[in-house]
Amino acid sequence: MAQASQPSMNRPIKPSGKLPYWVEPAFTIVAFGGFIIYSLWEVLFHNTGTYHNYVSPFFSPGVAGWFGFHVLTALYVVWVPFIFRFSCYYYRKEYYRAFSFHPFGCAVAEPKSHRNRSYKGEWKINNLHRYTWFLAVIVLIFLWKDVVEAFIFPNGFGVGIGSLILLINAILLTGYTFSCHAFRNMIGGRKDCFSCTAHGQSQKTTSYKLWHRISEANVFHGTWAWASLFSVWIADLYVRLLIMGVIHDVRLF
Amino acid sequence: MSEQYVLSIFRGDQNGGEEQEYQVPAIPGMVVLDAVHYVQAHDAPDLGVRWNCKAAHCGSCSAEINGMPKLMCKTRLDEYQGQVVHIQPMRTFPIVKDLVADVSWNYEVAKKIATFTPVNAAPFRMQQWDVDRVQEFHHCIECFLCQDVCHVLRDHDAKDQYFGPRFMVKMAEFEMHPVDGADRIPQLKNEGGIGMCNVTKCCTEVCPQHIHITDNAIIPLKERVADRYYDPIRNLIRRLTKKEESSSSTVPSKA
Amino acid sequence: MNIETMETHSFDVLVLGSGGAGLRAAVEAASGGGLSVGLIGKSLLGKAHTVMAEGGAAASIGNVDAPDSWQTHFYDTMKSGHYINNFRTVEVFAKEAPARVLELEQWGAVFDRTPEGLIMQRAFGGHSFRRLAHIGDRTGMELLRTLQYRAISLNIEIFQEVTITRLLMDKDRIAGAFGYYREDGHFVMFKAKALVLATGGWGKVYKVTSNSWESTGDGAAMAYRLGGELQDMEMVQFHPTGMVWPPGVAGLLVTEGVRGEGGILYNSEKERFMLRYDPERQELSTRDVVARSIFREVQEGRGTPHGGAWLDISQKGADFIKQKLPGMYEQLLTLGDIDITKSPFEVAPTCHYTMGGVKAHAETCATNIPGLFAAGEVACGLHGANRLGGNSLADILVFGRRAGIAARDFAGSRKGDVVISEREIEEEAERVLKPFTRPDGENPYTIHQELQEAMSTHVGIVRDQKLLEDGLEKILKLQERAKNMGAQGGRTYNPGWHAVFDVENMLLLSELIIRGALERKESRGGHWRTDYPEELEEMGKWNFVHEISPDGDRIKQVPVPIMPPALQEICSRPVAPGKEPSKNLDQRKGASS
Repeated sequence: MAQASQPSMNRPIKPSGKLPYWVEPAFTIVAFGGFIIYSLWEVLFHNTGTYHNYVSPFFSPGVAGWFGFHVLTALYVVWVPFIFRFSCYYYRKEYYRAFSFHPFGCAVAEPKSHRNRSYKGEWKINNLHRYTWFLAVIVLIFLWKDVVEAFIFPNGFGVGIGSLILLINAILLTGYTFSCHAFRNMIGGRKDCFSCTAHGQSQKTTSYKLWHRISEANVFHGTWAWASLFSVWIADLYVRLLIMGVIHDVRLF
Repeated sequence: MSEQYVLSIFRGDQNGGEEQEYQVPAIPGMVVLDAVHYVQAHDAPDLGVRWNCKAAHCGSCSAEINGMPKLMCKTRLDEYQGQVVHIQPMRTFPIVKDLVADVSWNYEVAKKIATFTPVNAAPFRMQQWDVDRVQEFHHCIECFLCQDVCHVLRDHDAKDQYFGPRFMVKMAEFEMHPVDGADRIPQLKNEGGIGMCNVTKCCTEVCPQHIHITDNAIIPLKERVADRYYDPIRNLIRRLTKKEESSSSTVPSKA
Repeated sequence: MNIETMETHSFDVLVLGSGGAGLRAAVEAASGGGLSVGLIGKSLLGKAHTVMAEGGAAASIGNVDAPDSWQTHFYDTMKSGHYINNFRTVEVFAKEAPARVLELEQWGAVFDRTPEGLIMQRAFGGHSFRRLAHIGDRTGMELLRTLQYRAISLNIEIFQEVTITRLLMDKDRIAGAFGYYREDGHFVMFKAKALVLATGGWGKVYKVTSNSWESTGDGAAMAYRLGGELQDMEMVQFHPTGMVWPPGVAGLLVTEGVRGEGGILYNSEKERFMLRYDPERQELSTRDVVARSIFREVQEGRGTPHGGAWLDISQKGADFIKQKLPGMYEQLLTLGDIDITKSPFEVAPTCHYTMGGVKAHAETCATNIPGLFAAGEVACGLHGANRLGGNSLADILVFGRRAGIAARDFAGSRKGDVVISEREIEEEAERVLKPFTRPDGENPYTIHQELQEAMSTHVGIVRDQKLLEDGLEKILKLQERAKNMGAQGGRTYNPGWHAVFDVENMLLLSELIIRGALERKESRGGHWRTDYPEELEEMGKWNFVHEISPDGDRIKQVPVPIMPPALQEICSRPVAPGKEPSKNLDQRKGASS
């Protein structure tokens, strides 16, 4: 293409009324970077995430314990959410924009260095997102078990700040997991026709209703993704600080 | 009417060119295309610009306004109060003249797509809730702004490897039609190059028809491609069941 | 200009115009196989003015209102056309429209659905039943897109952005067309055994218009110059509801679907004035009546701040509006700053459609020039004095197909080579380049603007002898000035140069509109004369046919074809077939359910 004959490549003024294009990727870099550094610290330097009836999402389920390992115990679990999120369609947008500048922003010229390297499309390994979804669901089941346990104190049922944090975390993770694009495909997206099995009936089929619900949630997949990332972070930090004795859990009743 | 807008419009052709400034008196409710027409009628009759309906129905007047791909007929000038309005042709396609780009590549791609192939004759029985999904894709006005903004085409010029978002939407429209019987999955994976899309969603951001190009067309198609080509367990099941079915049909049918 | 080196293409069937009618004709001509088919469009493929048709395609499928039939559609169309339509055209049309709509579904158009899963149909002005098969408020776009993808899957050679400046003759038969590529201005010649005109209307002659730049009537003007007969030129439709404010979007169409879905018109005194003008059909009266009613309200001082009427659909609720009229919702929100789910908005009549055009045979679309066929808005015969909403989309399907068949047959039976006069080509090439020799000549944009002013003032909704005569004088003066139109710059995508030929065609057709309007001394349908306010029975017996002659335009009075008794009986019924009291359905009530 006659790229050279095109108008100059300099970036004109930002579109009015909106944030500059670099704000979103910059936020992604800071948030992701922060979370990864925090995760490394958590995974590499801690071997337990349990404080009484609270379990940090980084350490649940306790796979390491099942096999009798006692070092880097979080590592046996965190890879699951990590690969689930890494192959997530929403996160792909964020990291391709923020970290590999493919592209950094819409209609923003990619860096000059890209011109010498050929672009081959996305990583094919991401197509396995559907399998990571199943793994994520297994982990999610344990997290809900943890939530139940977080409400059971030595003296019976109770509610602490920690129980609420774990509950909210589990809700957000559930929202994130079940608004997944791959799940949406599995649940009915691959069908072309929902009503074809029930000709002439205006009654919506169950599979359609399910797919429709998931589709509605899917619109906010990005919101679920960020919210649940921060909730995991907060939940783990809360438990960590309790273990370290920096703060004390507040029992509400 | 004292208020004026300053338009800086690219003037030139494949031999190069530069932006030129024009003054246009402000009229309430005026869109960028009105201003360009004003320039055409008063200052530069040979200013090249493509337009038809001036109502965001035809998708002819695509351009880059202050760097963003937009329809000139749908962009109000009062969005740019106090700014110089830079108008340039779409960058992903070769320039013809001034604001006119040569979009013929898109029509070449359109020809390659396996067309709608109904399995039975009209009238079809389809429920509204069943066709809602494909009707979204039918909103496309073929303005090619998504093609313009797509970095695969824009920055990597991979026009030989990827059909572009517009034609992913078109293929989704056919592929997800309740009565369609053709199989476009191999074409999507190979010639169509759906894997070139890395879901950065700029196409969705610029779509003047607000089609959820990435979430509702490209990703579901990627999932269908994955169903066929990147899912070892499904592949295994398919291979096992196929052996039982014997070699009755060679044409792959849809799942 | 060397004719040997000129780009030349030969086709059996050549179609001018890549809108709905042209595409449908090309698809039909090509699907027979064996013949070469060419399709020429002035714009890119899929951008034609058909995309602006919003409401739907009228066809008596009867999915929603079962009693609907071709007879009712016939009854409605004749009534709305004030009986100067060609009855046979209307009969063919009403009978074939349902099959054409279903055909589109077969080709991939996805219409809105009824609860039974069939094609949904909506109420529209002047239709006795809910009849318009639709897709939200973008039916024309869907139709065009469907035909476009159908066409590219067939063996049709498509030429985009080519302007045709002249039709070519081989003695008394059509032989092809001459024009240039807009992109770089180089000439191209087409030889053709049969040619289908599907070049649309000329609504761009008016200032406030819903038409795009393309609607300059090139086909009609070119056919006229060759001796083609144009009929009912005075009949111009003003759509009652165009946007009024802000001025940047004045004239932009607000689909009749808004009224079809339950929108109500009020004047500045909050009175639902349509109850006075047409108590039976109210807002869903025919377009001529509604447009005139709004015009009268404004004239009598009951207009809105910017000279229109209020249209209100907010009572239907936001969800309903966003589902049924998403395009309108967005259009008024982004361009007019009005949320139609919350408040009424101003509308006023805007030029919309030209009922007149090239006189075409009812069954074959043949014109009086052998080998030349006409379909769509450029043709005349179906709509009479006023077009029903939704009939144009069905029109282009029915007659696009018929023109395609007839052209195919004609080309197949035509013997011998097509011969084109070299001298004619050379003269035309010279003429087309002439504006470049006058860089300081008249600005075509200025002429166009003055033409639009004159037409809107003198031959708008309201007409009288004095107005028309003054208008004609202005147009003739403009025609003189137009001979000196010039172009600056080069041949590469030069709109100033392109405009020269558009303006020439529009000036010619404008003259015919006025001459026709002077001739029709009565009020009928879209033609309203204050000096002859009544519809006259005597006048209803005639169509006015324009023909070129050495001393200018010659108008012939041609009798309107007489219906056979069976059709006469349908038209003479007091109520539409299927609407007899025993099974009378309250249409408005039904529409809002």
